[in-house]
Parts: sequence; structure tokens; C-alpha cells
Amino acid sequence: MSLLTRTAGATADDATASGRKGPRESLLSRSAALIVMGVFTLYFLLPIWWLFIASTKDRGQLLTTPSLWFADFKLFENIGALASYGDGIYFRWLLNSLGYAGLGALLATVVASMAGYALAKYRFPGRELFFNVVLGGVLVPATALALPLFLLFSQVNLTNTYWAVLLPSIVSPFGVYLSRIYAAASVPDELIEASRLDGAGEVRTFFTVSVRLMTPALITVFLFQFVAIWNNFFLPLIMLRSEEFFPVTYGLYAWNTQLNQIPELRTYVLVGSLLSIIPLIITFLLLQRFWRNGLGSGSVK
Amino acid sequence: MQHTKRAVAMGVALLSAIALAGCSTGSTGTSGEAAACAPSEGDVTLEFTSWIPGIEDAAAIWNAENPGIQVQVQTGPNGNSGTYQNFFSQLEAGNAPDLGQIEYDALSSFRVQDGLEDLSNCEDVVAAEADFIPWTWNQVTLGGDGVYGIPQDSGPMALFYRSDLFEQNGIAVPTTWDEYKDAAKKIRALGGYITNFSTADINQFAGFVWQANGDWFTNDGDAWSVDLSGDASKTVADYWQELLDEDLVATYPAWTEEWNNAYNSSEVWSWTSAVWGANSISSGAPDTAGKWSVAPAPQWKAGESAAGNWGGSSVAVFKGSEHVYEAAKFALWLNTSEEALTALNESANIYPATTAGLELPSLQEGVEFYGGQAIYDVFAEAAAEVNPDFVWGPTMTQTYADVSDGFQKAVTGQGTLLEALESAQSSTISTLKAQSIPVAE
Repeated sequence: MSLLTRTAGATADDATASGRKGPRESLLSRSAALIVMGVFTLYFLLPIWWLFIASTKDRGQLLTTPSLWFADFKLFENIGALASYGDGIYFRWLLNSLGYAGLGALLATVVASMAGYALAKYRFPGRELFFNVVLGGVLVPATALALPLFLLFSQVNLTNTYWAVLLPSIVSPFGVYLSRIYAAASVPDELIEASRLDGAGEVRTFFTVSVRLMTPALITVFLFQFVAIWNNFFLPLIMLRSEEFFPVTYGLYAWNTQLNQIPELRTYVLVGSLLSIIPLIITFLLLQRFWRNGLGSGSVK
Repeated sequence: MQHTKRAVAMGVALLSAIALAGCSTGSTGTSGEAAACAPSEGDVTLEFTSWIPGIEDAAAIWNAENPGIQVQVQTGPNGNSGTYQNFFSQLEAGNAPDLGQIEYDALSSFRVQDGLEDLSNCEDVVAAEADFIPWTWNQVTLGGDGVYGIPQDSGPMALFYRSDLFEQNGIAVPTTWDEYKDAAKKIRALGGYITNFSTADINQFAGFVWQANGDWFTNDGDAWSVDLSGDASKTVADYWQELLDEDLVATYPAWTEEWNNAYNSSEVWSWTSAVWGANSISSGAPDTAGKWSVAPAPQWKAGESAAGNWGGSSVAVFKGSEHVYEAAKFALWLNTSEEALTALNESANIYPATTAGLELPSLQEGVEFYGGQAIYDVFAEAAAEVNPDFVWGPTMTQTYADVSDGFQKAVTGQGTLLEALESAQSSTISTLKAQSIPVAE
């Protein structure tokens, strides 16, 4: 969801920038474009606004006051209550999510970039077969893999550990695909040849030369994988049983199924959801610069 | 939110399809002998998976008193939202916990997959039968000789109603379903609805059938009989069909904001629900505090006091546990000892399944939201009147889904509630057969 919002924002900037320099568009088409963008912005931001407003209310006011405007501002009391419920287990979940998504996405990016680079730059028997198998992996939904993974991890007694969520997360077939395409387009063979002549080994060439050229693609892979792991829900649902390993999505879901019986959880789920989107927003704000560069440079070529 | 829910539902459906495909070839046998029930040597650690909030506090009390038998509580979403599916996967993988929380209506499905230890060799368990309200014990014996869990809580049903509105408008509190319908007409004339008919949550309807002495499933030891559209079901279905046809009841989907709002805004005046519904109302309709009361559920025959049940769960020992004796011992303590029941009632509003549990001090007090009425007295009486012979079938997930689909259509005018039950009857029988579960016809 936030992915789409950001892309929409990025194109909006581009549109106004080119509007200033390039030929002027008619007032009608400009305002039509603005209206469409305005509607979409509203469409994407409204749920977040609702969530923010709902998080600032106490339980009684949640249902009885207008849902898009403030009542008594209790956001900080609510966060305090969330922090103290269940010995602050919520923040443990948030840290777990950051760990799974951050570390998982980092490792996935390294693995995917090496694989994609190798597939793009080295000629070896079975190269296309490998690539096609990886491409096939893009088509298999993560949900369908959760149960087989569980049975496999059960064999080696790794269920209900950090590894159960982290290990499957470092595989990103889409990342391999993107890295291959990007490496083929942006890393010239001559450059690799040159660094070989200068005496650098293959691994050194990869990390010092090729990775720099591939950075925009790698950022994209990282972001995609970060979001995918953050939102991956079925794997933790099947693998984990102990609260202390839960990522925040699963923890909030488990709370949400208890609302009938434990009404105060409603506030915690709302505030928890609000806080849980903040890391995603920060990641995007920090990395979108690289990402837009990547998309831009790709389009000029 | 809705979107996520649908995605979750789809995923769960997909997973269960995979799991069923995996299981159906394996163990469908109803064989299985009662587990030997002997103490293990040395110290024991038990794993217990439950979604009840605060149950770890009760386990902590046990752990402090029983250094030799330590219980590790694991958690997850409530049963139908994923934990049951996990139990099945874990049984398949051979790493299920020792103990698990299982609602009464799901016990049969674990039983037919041979996922539960029979505790009837455990002397303590057999001796404890007398402590429980008799019908709750039947829920864990599944109508046979085995004991497949220890009852934890129950959901006897009664009538929650807006005493202020009934009084102001001179409407007597209905004691029979006929009177209920008359009241419904008067309330509709005033612009309100007497209640909301839930199409999504079939458990309420099942509770009505249960109250009317209906029997959806029976198991004679060899084969299952299914009777979703028998006389009692027909009576109940026809009754609600009339109310629906005459637009006397609202049909908001249960547990949604609009449903809460219908109660909060005084549009809907009453709800025949289980004891735990007390919290649903107080959380969903905070503006109506102090205006609710509880009366025994309306009857089919004047002067009777039959009650239905909605919900309730047990703690079962999974097949493959190496410490059946210790697990059973803990499950008994958790569900019969006053300290555990008090802790569970405080943290999760658990309504005990033992006769002594109904006497807990916290269940004798007046409740402010209900104008100070000691509402649990009404439920304690209802708990004693629940028909002990009602049995859940082994494919309730499918049955609920099919009935719910039919009910949703009936509410929009396509077909009737009875037709929905009839079609669910045949689809349930074919599901049972598809899982190689013997069906008597």
C-alpha cells in the first residue's frame, strides 16, 4: 500500500518539475491531473488518518464520537497503556519485526544480487535453466510454501525459533530476477574485464565495482523484501508459538481475535497498528531518494 | 481491515485444504486406546498452547507450587483464526504441544483425526467428573466412554434486554418465544428492532436449537448421524424466518462496528446470548451503561426453563504427549481449583464449567453496567438447564460455513433458513464421507 503511495508521490513531483520547464499544459488538463492525484492521495491517506484519530481516543469515545475528528486527546496515555500491557510485549514484537525485516532483507539483497550478477555475467551450463527455475519461484505464493516449510523445519527442530522466520526470508526470487536484469544493463563487461586485468578477484570485483553500479536495483530489492517480510503473516502464524518470537503483525492479529472478550485490546490494536507503520514510513523516506534515482536512470537509458 | 480479514480467510482455507489433503489419507481411525496414565520419572516440562489472555498468570501459580512439573504457555490467535490449523500441522509434524485449548465444537474434529489422548485411564480425571456441570462433561466424552479433554468454561444463554426501554414503553419482558414475537412487533412499531439475527455466527442459532432439545449430530460408536434439519431445527428456523419476513429483526453482521452501533444507539433492544456476551455489550455499547438487565431466555413452552449454550472450551492432551499423567493433572488443576478459576475469571472473564466454580465470589456480585443486577445468578440457573445430549460433529468448520452462506442468502430473500439447513445437511454428509468418516443414514 505505502509502496503505491510513494510512487504516486514521486510521479507527482516529476510532473510539476517538468511542467515548469517543458511546454505548458492547458489549465484543464493540469487541474484534471491534480484532482485525480488529490483523490488518490485522499484515498491512501484517509485510512491512516482514521487510524491516527482512533488511536487518540479512549475506548468509550471510539464508537461514540465522529471517527474522523479528535475527541479527548489520549494518544500518549494509550501508548503508555500499550507499553505496560503484558510486560511491554508489544515493543518486543516491534523489535522482532525490525530484526526479521531488516536483517532478512539485508541478507536477501546480498544473496539475490550475487545470484543475479552471476546469472547475468557468467556463462555456464544450465544458466537459463537456473534462471527459469528462479523465475518460477516468483509465481509460487508465500502462503502455499508456509506449510511445507513448517514440516521441513519440524524435521530439524527449528520451529518456534527466530530461524524459522528468518531463514525463509532471505530468499527472494524476484530480487534475483531484478538483479540479473539490472546487472546485465548497468554493469559493462569492459569494466569487469578492466578490473580483472588490474588483478582483482571475482569477489572483489563484485563488491567494489559491480555492487556500486547496481546500487539502485539493490535498494529496490531491499525495500521490496523489507516490506514483504514485514507483511508476511502466514509464516510466523504457522511457525511460531511463543509470544517472545512474534513479529508485530502476528501479535496484533492474535490480540485482534480476542476483542470480544478483552475489550481493552481494541485500543491496543489500534495504537499498535499506528506505531507499527512508522518504521515502514521511515525506511521509505530514507531510501526513496536512491530508489527514484534508480527508476530515473533506468528510464533515460 | 476487511481486506486483511479476507486475505487471512483465504489463506486459512488454502492451508486447510493442503492439510486435509495430507491428513485424509492418514489417520481417520476411531481406534486408539486410552493412554496409559502413569507419572513420568524426573522433572517434567509441559507445553500448553492457549489463546486465553492471562492464562500464563494461572500457569505461573502452578509452576510456583509444582517445581517438578513446569508448564510453558504458548500463545496464538483464537482457535478458528489459526490455532486449530496449527495444531493439525503440528500433529502431522509430530511436534504438537502436550496440552491445547480446544473449544467444544472443535473437539470432535481432533478426535476423528486421532489427535487426542484418551484420559479415561487417569483416575484423577475420572474422579473429577462429579465436579463438573454434567452437560459440560458430556462435551468432552463426545457421547462415548473416552475422556478427550477437561472442560474449562461454558456459555449458558439468557436474554440481555434494555430494561429501561421495555419499561418506558410498557412492554413486558418476554418469557416465551411467542411473547418475544409480540414484543418484537411493538418495538418495530416504535422504530426499533427487538434483536439482531446473526447470519455469520451460526453458534447462536445452534444455541437456539440446543435449547429446543435439538440434536445436530449423534455418534453411536460406529457411525455419525447428521440431523441439521430435524424437528427442533425446523421449529427454530421457521420462527426466525417469520421474524425476518416481517422485518422484525435487524441483520447486521455480528461483531462489526455497525453491529456495536446498533446496540449503542438503542436501535436494537435485546440479545439472547451467552454469559460472555455481557462483555460484548459493555464494550460495544458503552453509552447504554446501566440500562441493561438479564432474564432467563424465552421458552418454547410456557413454564419451562430450558437453556441453550453458546461457546465454551476444554483443555485437551494431544496425541504423542510423553507426559499424559502430568498434563492431565495440570489441566484438572487449571479448571477446577479455586485459585486458577479466580485468576482466569479475572484476566479473561472465563465462566467456569465446575459446579463449585459458579460460586466464585466474583460471580456473586452485582454488575454496574447491568444496573447492579447480579447477572451471573441468571446464568448459573441456565447452566443447570442445558440439555446434556447435544453433540458437535467432526466437521463443524464446513457445516458452519455452509449454514452461514445459506443464512446470508435467506436474509436477502433468496431461500429460507430451513432450506439453508437442508442443503448444509447434505453437504455435511458428503464432507464426512469425503474424509472417510462413517455416516449412518
